[in-house]
Amino acid sequence: MKLLRCPLNGVRPVSEFAYAGEVREMPDPDACTDAQWTDYVFNRSGVAAVKREWWCHIASGYWFIAERDTARDVVIDTYAIEKLREASPA
Amino acid sequence: MMYRLPPRNDEWIDRTQSIAFTFEGRHHEGFAGDTITSALAAAGVMILGRSFKYHRPRGILSFANHDVNGMFQIGGVPNIRGDVTALAAGMDVLAVNTIGGLSNDRARWMDRLGRFLPVGFYYKAFNSKRFFPRWERLIREMSGLGRIALDAPHVRTPKRYAFCDVLVIGGGSAGVSAANAAADTGAKVLLVDESARVASLDTRVEVLAGSYVAGVYADRWAAVIEPHRMTKVRAGAIVFATGAIEQPIPFHDNDLPGILIASAAQRLLRRHAVAVGSKVVVITSTLGGYEAAVELLDAGIDVTHVVDLNENPVGADLIAQRGVKSFAGIRSLAAEANSAGCVAAIRIGDRRIECDAVLMSGGWAAATQLLLHVGGKVTFDERTQMHLPSELPEGCFVAGRINGTFDDEKARIEGEVAGNTAAAFAANPASSRSGQPTGKPVGQMALNPIVLLPCDPRGKDFIDFDEDLQVKDIENAIQEGFDSIELLKRYTTVGMGPSQGKHSNLNAARILAHQRGLTLNDVGLTTARPMYHPVPMKHLAGRGFTPERATPIEQRHRGAGAVWMLAGNWRRPEYYARADESREQSIAREVAAVRNAVGLIDVGTLGKIEVYGPDAGLFLDRAYAGRYSDLKVGTTRYGLLLDEAGTIVDDGVIARLHEQCYYFTTTTGGSAGVYRELLRLNALWGLNCSLVNVTGHRAAFNLAGPRSRELLSAMTSVNLNEGAFPYLGVREGIVGGASARLLRVGFVGELGYEIHVPYSAAAHVWDLLLEYGRKFDLCLFGVEAQRVLRLEKGHFIIGQDTDGLTNPFDARAVWAIRMQKPFFVGQRSLRILGQRNPRQVLVGFEIAASVPALKECHLAIQDGEIAGRVTSVAYSTTLGKTIGLAMVQPALADVGTTLKFRVTDGSMVAATVCPTPFYDRDNQRQKQGVAA
Repeated sequence: MKLLRCPLNGVRPVSEFAYAGEVREMPDPDACTDAQWTDYVFNRSGVAAVKREWWCHIASGYWFIAERDTARDVVIDTYAIEKLREASPA
Repeated sequence: MMYRLPPRNDEWIDRTQSIAFTFEGRHHEGFAGDTITSALAAAGVMILGRSFKYHRPRGILSFANHDVNGMFQIGGVPNIRGDVTALAAGMDVLAVNTIGGLSNDRARWMDRLGRFLPVGFYYKAFNSKRFFPRWERLIREMSGLGRIALDAPHVRTPKRYAFCDVLVIGGGSAGVSAANAAADTGAKVLLVDESARVASLDTRVEVLAGSYVAGVYADRWAAVIEPHRMTKVRAGAIVFATGAIEQPIPFHDNDLPGILIASAAQRLLRRHAVAVGSKVVVITSTLGGYEAAVELLDAGIDVTHVVDLNENPVGADLIAQRGVKSFAGIRSLAAEANSAGCVAAIRIGDRRIECDAVLMSGGWAAATQLLLHVGGKVTFDERTQMHLPSELPEGCFVAGRINGTFDDEKARIEGEVAGNTAAAFAANPASSRSGQPTGKPVGQMALNPIVLLPCDPRGKDFIDFDEDLQVKDIENAIQEGFDSIELLKRYTTVGMGPSQGKHSNLNAARILAHQRGLTLNDVGLTTARPMYHPVPMKHLAGRGFTPERATPIEQRHRGAGAVWMLAGNWRRPEYYARADESREQSIAREVAAVRNAVGLIDVGTLGKIEVYGPDAGLFLDRAYAGRYSDLKVGTTRYGLLLDEAGTIVDDGVIARLHEQCYYFTTTTGGSAGVYRELLRLNALWGLNCSLVNVTGHRAAFNLAGPRSRELLSAMTSVNLNEGAFPYLGVREGIVGGASARLLRVGFVGELGYEIHVPYSAAAHVWDLLLEYGRKFDLCLFGVEAQRVLRLEKGHFIIGQDTDGLTNPFDARAVWAIRMQKPFFVGQRSLRILGQRNPRQVLVGFEIAASVPALKECHLAIQDGEIAGRVTSVAYSTTLGKTIGLAMVQPALADVGTTLKFRVTDGSMVAATVCPTPFYDRDNQRQKQGVAA
């Protein structure tokens, strides 16, 4: 069983976590076209790469970001959501 | 003939303890410390089983936990590995894969049918449908090893978790020295070895002997199978000292009992003082054969000839002074059997050498399987003629024969280095480097390339002793085009038997490389996956662990005759049975009580969430489809939760308790998922509010019916007058001495109060409600009555009347969304969906009669095509007709349209689309209450 480092709770077995897919930038609902919105809602990229993903430590209800190389299934870094917001202000 | 030698130093047997057992009904005796196989060998029993396909007599091959033809049945337990299973008194041992016993196996004729069983036999035979049934019957009869006792007692096999700094796999020289070195640094060390004994270990090292690692997984997580339990180990670092597995040599009749791998003879001698014969011939490609010859000679066993397949015999000087005849560069070799079917001679060209045992040493295969499980890489090394580790996963280290190091002293040193490095890694992963094997291979074992003899025209030169595959089977498969290693494996089944290719994969790869003119690195190896070794199902079977949740008044429901159902993982009363009633009568009684007097249902299973903070209202506005920032304190509003695609995900009631505090419910099944997603949205948006899940903290009851106000007012300080506490209001106050939240809801369509109290007060308040309720004829009602009551009101249930595609337009719940809001989840998708005609619409329908045959999911048929389906249906005793909800094509949605449903027996039932609610269309009863 893999281990994952939760920024709040430290290293825990992966069975304590839930995954909610890649972090994706939502297009501006008022500015985007229907096609752009539909693409955002329904299409996901399965290309192997380093991805930013949503992970939740279930027991504490804490959501954070994991950067994972999906080609090697190696988690490179995990950090609090605040860091993501600093990087790309909504 | 095999026999027991006089006592030897360091033997594993205790000659003072004799153990009696039977094999195939005949009495034998061995010693404590014997395995089943060693005791049989000492007793001179050569034939241990029959081979898988041809039913040829077979004996010991490797004596290394991979002896597939020496597997036995004892009582109801099949496929016991005789080479490692300790002998116990009274064992009644039977051979497997025989029809009518080992010596008179009625399937012996299979051997002569060999040429009718070509490689890829199954694929070829099953290609024709016509012959399939006949083949199937025959194969079912013939195939499979052992017999499963269907009446075997149920056994629970414990699982255990263990943690260590350094896990050492393998207890040979390298493994022991690695474990000791790691323990010297103060690390917590666990060593696993499949043998019964491990020598000279530091007492600080925990040892699991007689156990094996079945799989190694990510982040150094290993499954250790002990005889009676499985241990899941999390290690800081792992040292793979798994050794190497000696390989057989294919030649004609190389499977006769008495022909075995050289190291098997050495193990029998060292551990159990068993001599494999009195006239031994060694056939070798490597130094290993010579070393085995010397060891047997030193034990007083007569080794007459060493036959080297190479031109330059690497170990000639080892046997030079020992009176052993030797041959080199031999290209033609065959074995001969005596009348008992055991080896009697070796034929080299025209020369016949009489013997009673033959040792094979066809090189070694590093036991890299476990390393490969976790992403290690191997490269074929010409010098040692082995696939050696070339890339190691993080925190993984190798030492000893797996690394090509055969010399004992050098393996010991390598083990020490690996143990120290592993301990350093475990202490501080950042400080130490891993990824490359430590040291260079220093093996001296095979300086010459391993030689394979040409395919014998008579066949029976076995490559795979599990699956009865000969050299020609491999060659034919390659000729037929299955010429990549993975295809070759699947077509021939090489390496797919119980030993998983530990004695066959390397030779098969060599034939493939030779045939195609490639190197072994070009050919590669088949993917190694867990399990490394067959694992009894009992270790893999998990407990039936399905946790169920109970509300605080479970015992009360039980006492009241509840019939249980599962809602999500909650146990809920479906209805309360009475001795003189049918299920339908009970439900109808409960429905009538709510309509006419007052009923009480436990709704503590609803998800209950609080959100606090200055942005609490804004958060709900963004998360839910309705508007809540303008909700007046003390009121509630229906909440519809959508996903980004605009699909309905959940619903509930949202109450504003204070300016900055909302309290809301979710569906029973959705609570955990909704809470988690709301937490994610809150993290994403970064609003100034926070959420608390109080589902388990609070109990909730719904007291509903025309007399509910009268009943409740006797127990509470809250003013329940219509003016003071109107429909859709929420109040906090004391109920039955407990602090409570009261919500005026209308789900079942009558005057009603949801009473939310702390978990600890639940039983008391419940009891009090029943006590006060006696004079109002209070009746408990279950989930089934609630479903009928809400159906009479036309309310949909998420997940029953909606599915993963239903949006608010389909469900006709547009009243619950506020498109004018700046943003909410699903809003943008609804803008798109709102411009289109809905694909389907949820409508109410009615049938004047009771139609028990009509069930949920029955299809609506229009012009021979599917036009919809029933999502809810029930007979309403209140209304005296069958009512339901159906998801239908928009063309059928108009009131008055006739729907035709096809029920299970194929007949059609007609229904009429009608407006909802079916009952109390103006919702007057829930708003004001009606005097009973």
